[in-house]
Amino acid sequence: MAEPMGFYTDTTVCIGCKACEVACKEWNQLPSTNGGVNTLSGDSYDNTRRLDGIHWRHVKFIEQFTEDRKDGRWLLMSDVCKHCVQAPCLEVCPTGAIVRTEFDTVVIQSDTCNGCRDCIAACPFGVIETNPVSGTAQKCTLCYDRMQVGMEPACSKACPTQSIQFGTISQLRDRAQKRVEQLHQTGEKRAYLYGADEKMLGGLNSFYLLVDKPEVYGLPPDPKMPTRNLNSGTWFSALGAVLVGLMGVINFRNRGARLDNREERP
Amino acid sequence: MNTVPSSTYFSAPPDWGWLIVLYFFFGGLAGGCYFLAALIDLMGRPEDRPLARLGYYIAFPCVILSALLLTLDLTRPLRFWHMLIESNTFRPMFKYWSPMSLGSWALLIFGIFALISFLGALVEDNRLNWPAWRKVRPPEMLSKVIAALGGLFGFYVAGYTGVLLAVTNRPIWSDTPLLGMLFVVSAASISGALMILLAHRYKWTMPGLASLHRMDSWVIALELIVLIAVMISLGPVFRAWVNAWGLLLFFGVIVVGMLIPLALYWRRQWLGDRNLTTGAALVLVGGFILRMVIVFSAQGV
Repeated sequence: MAEPMGFYTDTTVCIGCKACEVACKEWNQLPSTNGGVNTLSGDSYDNTRRLDGIHWRHVKFIEQFTEDRKDGRWLLMSDVCKHCVQAPCLEVCPTGAIVRTEFDTVVIQSDTCNGCRDCIAACPFGVIETNPVSGTAQKCTLCYDRMQVGMEPACSKACPTQSIQFGTISQLRDRAQKRVEQLHQTGEKRAYLYGADEKMLGGLNSFYLLVDKPEVYGLPPDPKMPTRNLNSGTWFSALGAVLVGLMGVINFRNRGARLDNREERP
Repeated sequence: MNTVPSSTYFSAPPDWGWLIVLYFFFGGLAGGCYFLAALIDLMGRPEDRPLARLGYYIAFPCVILSALLLTLDLTRPLRFWHMLIESNTFRPMFKYWSPMSLGSWALLIFGIFALISFLGALVEDNRLNWPAWRKVRPPEMLSKVIAALGGLFGFYVAGYTGVLLAVTNRPIWSDTPLLGMLFVVSAASISGALMILLAHRYKWTMPGLASLHRMDSWVIALELIVLIAVMISLGPVFRAWVNAWGLLLFFGVIVVGMLIPLALYWRRQWLGDRNLTTGAALVLVGGFILRMVIVFSAQGV
């Protein structure tokens, strides 16, 4: 296996140009929304709205302004699949369509997916959706096809400010840690890394430098594995079955099997 | 979005709609009716056997319907077999930690039991002339094995759907570990209700019917307790039901589907002859609304 690869996204240098979105759409030949007819969301400069089957990159525009708009700031963030080391989507996929690649990234094989949509409900980040053209669940592949021939993903290649950086996870983590220290030194004490260590789903292979709470960026503060409920859910169901079974036995006991056999046996 | 009750609020809805609501309902009926039929076969009198056969007659068509509904819900229905066979290697596809994977196999195996018992019931009713199949009906030993195993798989099919919802990251579904238990108990209550309803339609009076009546009222009471436990276990996420869905849950499920049927079971004189059939019909309505609320409310968050 090659070394784990991924993205480090420094949101403080994102300028909201959406070059990543365009590059992603072009390389992956993703269709336009609504047949190309433009519809405005009314939500700042964000008309992409969310990540889904035909939007594998989504630049978020978060406006933080005072009432009189004299003071404030933009938070810009290019969102993408997190390629979790412990991936909830991969965990629940019943067809084996979702696989981990030699680069430690998570890829949905479109020819295997049958569109059950369990992965959509399992992803804590709301990354996956059905692509209406293929009828299968789709998301960022971290440009698996490009990586296989030694090229970097289209989005990070196109990013003009190096907000999106591609590389080995160990390299990216070092670089990101230095950037956090630099920001702290220059007075931006709010800077921190989201998903850069093993605590969050074993580590996000696409992690972020943020300057506000995760919720502000539309990210879950504490994403968890779906199987956290597997054992407890199974045991409670079994308890339900036992209780119903007991109720059945108690209510049918009076006319029990012994009577049955006595009457039936020749 | 600065404060949310749970980290599950950032996931996306999978667009599971009416087909899944119907599957949860008919899958519950399939598993529940088979279990009740097996219970009657194992514990009941010989004169109760038409009631057991009725359970098997309901279970098998409901399994077939369930499989159809699930297949139609896929966005690529012709690839339904990918759930069971790995499409690149043609090896069995099985992940014990994925409820959907395990559930697909359980549905297949339960379907085989349901078919065996369905054919057995036809033979016992002399509608099918296959003397060898008489062995799958009581008092043969084989019938006990089939009833016990099939009943277990029936419970699994009825309950795994709740576990499947819990093993996601959607609000409500994955914020409580009790949905599987709720679905198991509810499957038993709606199945008992349907069998009571049909038995009255055929004007049956076997002793097992009275046992089934009493059992169903106990199960409905248990279901009410489990539903309240679900609401408590949601904690701050309960807020997601403080809306029209919550009202529907309260009036449609708790009042119409549980409290009124319980009152009708215990106060037989209220509606006279129609008391038990009305109660049973309301239990079915409540069971359907329960699944509808759980499926849709978690996707509207």
